[in-house]
Order: sequence, then structure tokens, then C-alpha cells
Amino acid sequence: MNKVYSRIESITGNVITVKAEGVRYGELAEVKTRFGASLAEVIRLDEGLVSLQVFAGGRGVSTGDEVRFLGHPMRVSFSDDLLGRIFDGAGEPRDGGPTLSENLITIAGPSVNPSKRIIPREMIRTGVPMIDLFNTLVKSQKLPIFSVSGEPYNQLLARIAMQAEVDIIILGGMGLKYDDYLFFKDTLEEGGALQKAIMFVHTAADPVVECLMVPDISLAVAERFALKGKNVLVLLTDMTNFADAMKEIAITQEQVPSNRGYPGDLYSQLASRYEKAVDFSDAGSITILAVTTMPGDDVTHPVPDNTGYITEGQYYLKGGRIEPFGSLSRLKQQVNGKTRADHRSIMDGMIKLYAAYKDTLEKKSMGFQMSAWDKKLLRYGEAFEREMMDLSVNIPLEAALDKGWEILASCFEPQETGLRTELIEKFWPKKTA
Amino acid sequence: MTKTTGTVTGVNGNMVGVRVQGAVSMNEVAYIRVDEKRLKSEVIRVRGDLVQVQVFEITKGIKVGDPVEFTGEMLSVELGPGLLGQIYDGLQNPLPEVAEKAGNFLEPGVYLDSLPRNKTWDFSPVAKVGDRVQRGDLLGTVPEGAFSHRIMVPFGLYGAYTVRSVRPAGAYRIDEPLVELEDERGNLVPVSMVFRWPVKRAIDCYAERLRPVQPMVTKNRIIDTFFPVAKGGTYCIPGPFGAGKTVLQQVTSRNADVDIVIIAACGERAGEVVETLKEFPELVDPRTGRSLMERTIIICNTSSMPVAAREASVYTAVTLAEYYRQMGLDVLLLADSTSRWAQAMREMSGRLEEIPGEEAFPAYLESVIASFYERAGIVRLRDGKTGSVTIGGTVSPAGGNFEEPVTQATLKVVGAFHGLSRERSDARKYPAIHPLDSWSKYKGIIEAPVVEYGREFLFRSAEVGAMMKVVGEEGTSLDDYIVYQKGEFLDAVYLQQNSFDPIDAAVAPERQKRSYALVLDVLSAEIAAKDKEDARQFFYALRQKFLDLNGAEYKSERYAALEAEIRALVAGRKKGVDPRGARLIERLE
Ligand SMILES: Nc1ncnc2c1ncn2[C@@H]1O[C@H](COP(=O)(O)OP(=O)(O)OP(=O)(O)O)[C@@H](O)[C@H]1O
Ligand SMILES: [Mg+2]
Repeated sequence: MNKVYSRIESITGNVITVKAEGVRYGELAEVKTRFGASLAEVIRLDEGLVSLQVFAGGRGVSTGDEVRFLGHPMRVSFSDDLLGRIFDGAGEPRDGGPTLSENLITIAGPSVNPSKRIIPREMIRTGVPMIDLFNTLVKSQKLPIFSVSGEPYNQLLARIAMQAEVDIIILGGMGLKYDDYLFFKDTLEEGGALQKAIMFVHTAADPVVECLMVPDISLAVAERFALKGKNVLVLLTDMTNFADAMKEIAITQEQVPSNRGYPGDLYSQLASRYEKAVDFSDAGSITILAVTTMPGDDVTHPVPDNTGYITEGQYYLKGGRIEPFGSLSRLKQQVNGKTRADHRSIMDGMIKLYAAYKDTLEKKSMGFQMSAWDKKLLRYGEAFEREMMDLSVNIPLEAALDKGWEILASCFEPQETGLRTELIEKFWPKKTA
Repeated sequence: MTKTTGTVTGVNGNMVGVRVQGAVSMNEVAYIRVDEKRLKSEVIRVRGDLVQVQVFEITKGIKVGDPVEFTGEMLSVELGPGLLGQIYDGLQNPLPEVAEKAGNFLEPGVYLDSLPRNKTWDFSPVAKVGDRVQRGDLLGTVPEGAFSHRIMVPFGLYGAYTVRSVRPAGAYRIDEPLVELEDERGNLVPVSMVFRWPVKRAIDCYAERLRPVQPMVTKNRIIDTFFPVAKGGTYCIPGPFGAGKTVLQQVTSRNADVDIVIIAACGERAGEVVETLKEFPELVDPRTGRSLMERTIIICNTSSMPVAAREASVYTAVTLAEYYRQMGLDVLLLADSTSRWAQAMREMSGRLEEIPGEEAFPAYLESVIASFYERAGIVRLRDGKTGSVTIGGTVSPAGGNFEEPVTQATLKVVGAFHGLSRERSDARKYPAIHPLDSWSKYKGIIEAPVVEYGREFLFRSAEVGAMMKVVGEEGTSLDDYIVYQKGEFLDAVYLQQNSFDPIDAAVAPERQKRSYALVLDVLSAEIAAKDKEDARQFFYALRQKFLDLNGAEYKSERYAALEAEIRALVAGRKKGVDPRGARLIERLE
């Protein structure tokens, strides 16, 4: 098959068109330019005209360059040899190791039949009270960290990855700063986790189209390991870069944007990646933790907004802390009924009181007199921030629950907490004189 | 007539251009042949011999020149016994059977019978030879779960017919001819238990549409008491992500006082459907004593499944709802989320290069939404029975801002608005239905003036709350402060409801009324308090007791004891009573 064409009809941004026949939608081609060869993917067919998105970008492509169609869609090699290796967004080695070419699998395959999924039921312990107690992470969950740029989101991601008990960690880096790439590599190495890790890294210096491939490659590999019974944790950072890459392509393609320049299918595009998170009824699982930086700290920006509608909650990172408001794990109720009898009530009760504290804080800032109740709330809020929210706190769930009761008892009378009497009787710390 | 055929001329996402030889109709189904696979698609634009189709599958692998077969049939569903308990994709493919055949993944091009062909049903004939019948008339019945499933004259048989033969009572497969009808020109038409109907056409075989007046009880206090839904009515639940739309629909799908529930999971998370489909078979429907799954149909076209099938899925769902309505049953359709359906239209409209409206939604968005909700209604069938379809749709507005095209278009046509608020969900005040902004045009389980009395406290309390933010607690009078506390109390013990508590999750109307009467006892009382701190203490103690009451089994000893304690607490502080409130309490009892 492998027909070669030596005339490129048009070049717009990263998209070229070629007159060709018998080409399939989604097929790959190789474009040979004077800077070397690049892969390209067919993104549109119109009569005899084929549009291709060039991975290395349109820069330097000449109308006289050669285009050879490969007869297959984008693939990646899958085997245990991947473990410990580092690749770029096109699947080429980044670590000087050998190119892998056996057992090629197609990326971006069809979705899992919902009837083959099972209800998630295992907690992933992280040692972070704001996660374990208030928004428990669950195996097979898809959850982003919403963050303003400059927050330690990659540190948080790495810390969770190192604490979580999973078989395989896959890092998909998109527009990653080189320093962050090295940070991940070093952290995995120091923690002795490199041998169970695979990295697909697109750095800020690489061509933008390659950024688009990273989630699909990472997830296709994760899916295969999961089918072999492994529990896989996929870390994707930063999905906002992924969305921006999509926006860039859509605009050069002259698509009608729906919202701030993003294409109308942003939701579906993000969903088809995040929905790869799964717990198979008769195999392993995929858990996705992603980073979504919020331009201008605006949750209503199209990227965090669409993400929030897709994922099973989000951790909202702000001021170096996971904020209780805005943060949510929607799968928490699958697991927090089985941990300890007081888990759910402490979780709800403490947050309600923290909300009341925030109101009081507002009143205080306007210079109003503080009532006895306000004073209690102020004491409570400060204790809560110090002993629960601070990211340096690293304690197991049970210790965090005990700590919760302690904080409550040091600030309130039992009936002021809104907690049910039977729990109070059981858990309220007895006064020690 | 020879079948129309064509060849592929282009591919752009899930839209494929086809050059045709022969006649095609709009919304006709066509299959694109790719290697060994046949990919289902629907005609969405015809221009001369150039046709655009939306493909219900991943389009990877299609090439220019691939052959296309047109079926001559509009996108339609199979109607007959055996629909209940099924889990379908947006095109009515049974997902568990697809999994048996194709494994873990939804491989493109796998289409199976929607209704099992090998199963038999016990048919009891009703029609007699010589009867004059028309579309929708009863021919016989088969038992399906707790219901008597009516075998009807297929809705597509327009005109008048005479029954020529009827098979005797007995067990038959759904596709066996049972009745022979003769049309006015003497042609014989065999009729079995199953027939097809195009999803984008409303089923209209009834005598008249009635006004929805009877409440559809959800066992949710804030809905049934404050913002009720009527059988045959429509309502929407807009809200930002994570505000509780899906949880609210899930509890409604369990507890709603209807015969049949159809869940359309439209472009949302697969995991949420899994919860329903694994849990429902284990749960008991209190109305029938059978498993909840036996009254439920799930249409599941989740966010990573092909977008064109997502667009079709809401129509598939509403068509099945209308079908059961024709049996004199009350059906509730819950669609989550209608915004994903609207986005599917937007994606397609973009690929067709139509002139975009606001936020790039197509200009016809409003009319499409309106005609979807119009398919709800309570109808009188020709035999005098009534049946209803109630539609509740969630809306997922971009940025949580209700001033966007889908929310606005929906608000124009629905009868009730349950707006979820970010502040309430952040403060874990579930269900996060905003008590001041939401509205309903329907009658609820409690008379309007009695409900209004409670709502006034919510408004006044919110006013005092807002004022307190400006002038501080010290600048607020004790009386105002008590009004504020009363509103907060009503909110905490009545509007909020714990969906994950076995008792509080579902509250029957009788208990709601009794509970509301107790709340009114507090609201209408003039409370004696030394100062604000004293008042706050009192209300918190009261709230504590009331929350305990909400967790107690109805009419248990504990319930009675707690109720008495609450009355005693209030009586101890009562220095007077608002006569209007007292009169309203009497009306409740
Ligand atoms: N009634 C409730 N009681 C307790 N918790 C609730 C309730 N409703 C919602 N929640 C909490 O909020 C989370 C999100 O709710 P839900 O999934 O219904 O949101 P949603 O509005 O459907 O969001 P999306 O638009 O993203 O689908 C739940 O997982 C649960 O933790
Ligand atoms: Mg939802």
C-alpha cells in the first residue's frame, strides 16, 4: 500500500492537504521535510483532498515535501518493556533507550461497555486529611486538581502517587516545564517507583500537536495493563495545555468557537479521555489524577468548567491548601460508609461549621462586634485550617477523625455542632480535668 | 422499489458526505460499509445528490468511495413486551448482550435485537374477529412484571381496520403474527407483539390531552411541599457541576410515585449509570414488592460514547415513555443532562457549517427543546383511561450561569424550576435547590397558602441575614433576629434532606405534612428570649431534636417521644401565637 505523494496542496498552521486516494480517516502518514521526518494524522477527507495534522508542526514544511501514507492509525508498542521508560508525545524514546516496535496497539479505542464496569469500592489512602477525611479518593476515580498556576500541584500529584498502593504509574506530561519533568523523574527514582512507572512527556518546547497525543497514548497503555489485571494510576499534567492545543488546531481549521475560542466539542474531547478511568468487572483498574490549571483563578473558565462536569469531583488547590469549598470527591460515599461510623457526620458537620466560620470572618472584616458564637467559630476556623487543611499534615484517616472531634470539643458545646446525639455520645471526647 | 445506495465523498469528525443514486429522506437510516463492518448513520442534510449523514460510531477507518446503503426507514425503536429492565444505548442496543457478544469494549458496528426473540409471552386476546379498530387500540395483553402490557394496533397503521383473525390465548414469541387486520381496501396486515416507531415523532394515539393537576410525589420534602411536580408535567434542574443534579435524579428514580421510570443518561458519566444498574435489581419497589429494575428502563449514552447517538438517546427514551403511557401508566422520564444533548446538536450544526446562534448553539435550539418537553403530558386514551409522561431534565450551564441558551430555552417551557445553587452545595445544604429562586406552577401535597406561610419566613430570614451582613448582629433587633433563626431552622430541618440516610432519604406525604405542621408550630410561635444568644441556643437545641426526629422511623416510639419533646420545648418558650399561622396549621390537620 504505502503510496507516496510528492505534492502538498496547502499548508495552514500545522495542517497540510494532499490530493490522495484510498486514504482512511484517522490514518497516519509520514512527512519528510528538510528537518527530518514527522508523523501526521488524517483529520479530514473531502473528495480527493486529504487534510493532515503534522505532529512536528507546519513550520518548514515545503509544498515539494514527500508524504507517505502508512495504512494504519496512531499506535504505540505495548509490553512490560515500557516499564521504567520515558517517551515523548509521539511515542519516541526520550531517555536514549531503544525504540519499541513490537505488539503495536491502536490508541483512542472505543469506550468500555458500561455493563462491564463495576461500582468503585476501594479507598485510596493518601495521608492528606482534606482528601482521606473530607473527599476520599477512590480506586478508578477520575479527579483533577484545579489549581492556580504557581501552586505546588505537581508536588501534590507526586506525593499522592508515591503514597498510593498501585501496580503501575503512568505520567502523561503536556507542556510540562523541563524542571517539572525532572522533578517527577527524581521523585519516582528516589521513592524507588521508577521501575513501575512509564512516562510520556511533552515539554513546553515540543511541537504542539504532540501534546494532543499524550493522554491517548498514556491511557491506551494504561488500558492494556488494566486488562491484564493491574491497578494503574495515570497522572495527567496539565490538561489545560491539552485543551489549549486543541483550541489552537480548531482555530487554524476555522471552526466556529463556542466559548472563548474553544471548540464546541471540548466537553466530548475531554470526556473521551477521562472516561477511560474504569474498574473492570473481571480485570484491573485505571485511576486518573489530572492537573487543570485555571487561567486567572477562574473556575468558570471553559477548561475547568467542562472538566468539572466530566470528572468525579475535583481538588481545589489554593494558597498551598486543598480548599474545602469547591473540592469534592463524588465517589466518597461509596467508601466512607465503611470506614468508621463517624466519618460521614464529621465530614459534613465540620464543613458546615467551617462555612459558618467564613461568614463570621466576613462580618469581622467589616468591623462588626463578634458575638459569643462568632468567637467560637473564629477559634474553630483557625484550628481547622491549622490542623486539617495544612498540606504538611500527614496522618491516617482514623487519626484525622479523632483530631476532628478534638477540635470540635475544644470549641463548641455538643448541641452546637449539629451532629446527631448518638454519635456525640459515642465519640465526644470526655472532659479530662 | 430498489434500495438507494451511495458512496462516501468525505469525512469530517462524525459527519460523512455521501453521493447518492436514488431517493433519500431526511432522518433516514443509512449504513456505511467499512471492511467487514456496517456503521449506522442518519441523514441530516440533503442537497441534490449530496447527502450528509451523522455516524453513530467512531468514523476512523472510513475512506472516500466506501459504499453506503440506505434503509428507507427513519431512525426508530422497537416497541413490545420486554422493554422493562433493559439497559440500552442511545440506539436501543441492549448493552449487556452487546458485552456478551463483543466483550469489554463497544466495538463499532455491533447492532443487536432490542427485544429478545427467543422468549415467549402469555398472550390473552381481547379483540374479536369483526371488531373495527384503529392505531393504538387494544388487541390483547401479556403480563410484563407487575403490569398488564397491552398489545396494540401498531401506531404506524393509519386508517381503519377490521379484525380478521386472532390467535387463541397461549405463549408466543414477540415476532409471531397474532392478529390479522384488514384495511379498507381489503389488504391483510399481520400484527405481532412488536412494531417500530420513529423516535423523532411524538406518539399521538389518544383522545385528548389533559391538564396536569395531580402531584407526582418524589418523597423529597422541598419538592413535594415547595416546588411540586405534576404527573404529566415538566421540570428542570439546572445547576453548576457537583451541585447535586444527578443525586437528586437518582433518589427521584427510586422513590417517585409512578409506574415506570426511564432514565436517560445522556452524555454524562458511565460510572453513574453503573450505580443504578447494579443497585436497582437489589432494591424493592414498595408499590409492587418487586425489584426496582422491573419498573425501570435505562438509556445509556454516556459522555465518551459517540455523540450522534447521544443526540438520538433522548428521543429513544421519550418514545419508550410514550409507549407505556399508551397502556394507561404513569411514566417518569429523567434526562441527565439535556445540555449534553444540546451540545451534540451544536457539534453537528458546526460541522454542517450552519450559521451559529448564541454560544455557537444552532438557531433552532429553542424550538427543539420546546418540542422535546412538549412530549410530556397526561392524556385520556380512547378507552377512557389516563396515562402520563412526566419529564425532568437536568441542565448543565457553562460556568454555572443560568443566563445561557440551554437554561433559558428550557425555563421557557417547563412547569417547575429546581435551580441548584453553588453556595448551598458548597455549604453541604442538600438537596441544593435554591428555596428563593426556584418555582413551580403545579399544585403540591400541601395547600398553597400553608406553603406560602413557610416561604415568607425564608424570604424575611434571608432579608434579615443580608441586613445583618451590613449592620452586624448588634444592629439587628431581637425580633428580626428570631425571624432570621426561624428561617434558618425551616431550612435546616425541612428543606435539607439527607439522601444517604435510610429514613430521611424518602419521606412520604403523610409524614411531610405532619413534619411541616410541627415546623409551623415553631414558625407561628412568638418566642420568648432574653437576648440573641439565648434565642440562638434555643433554636439550635430545637434543630438538634428535629434532626434526630428526621432520622427516626415514622410513628415509632422514638418518633413520638421526640415529637413530644419538640412540642414541649416550643411550648416552654411560647408567649403568644400568630393567629394566621394557627389557622393554617388547623387546615393542615
Ligand atoms: N442530596 C445529597 N446528599 C448528600 N450529598 C450530596 C447530595 N447531592 C449531591 N451530593 C454530593 O455532591 C456530589 C455531586 O453530586 P452530583 O453528582 O449529583 O452533581 P451534579 O450536579 O450531577 O454534577 P455534574 O453536573 O457534574 O454531573 C455527590 O457525589 C455527593 O457527594
Ligand atoms: Mg451529574
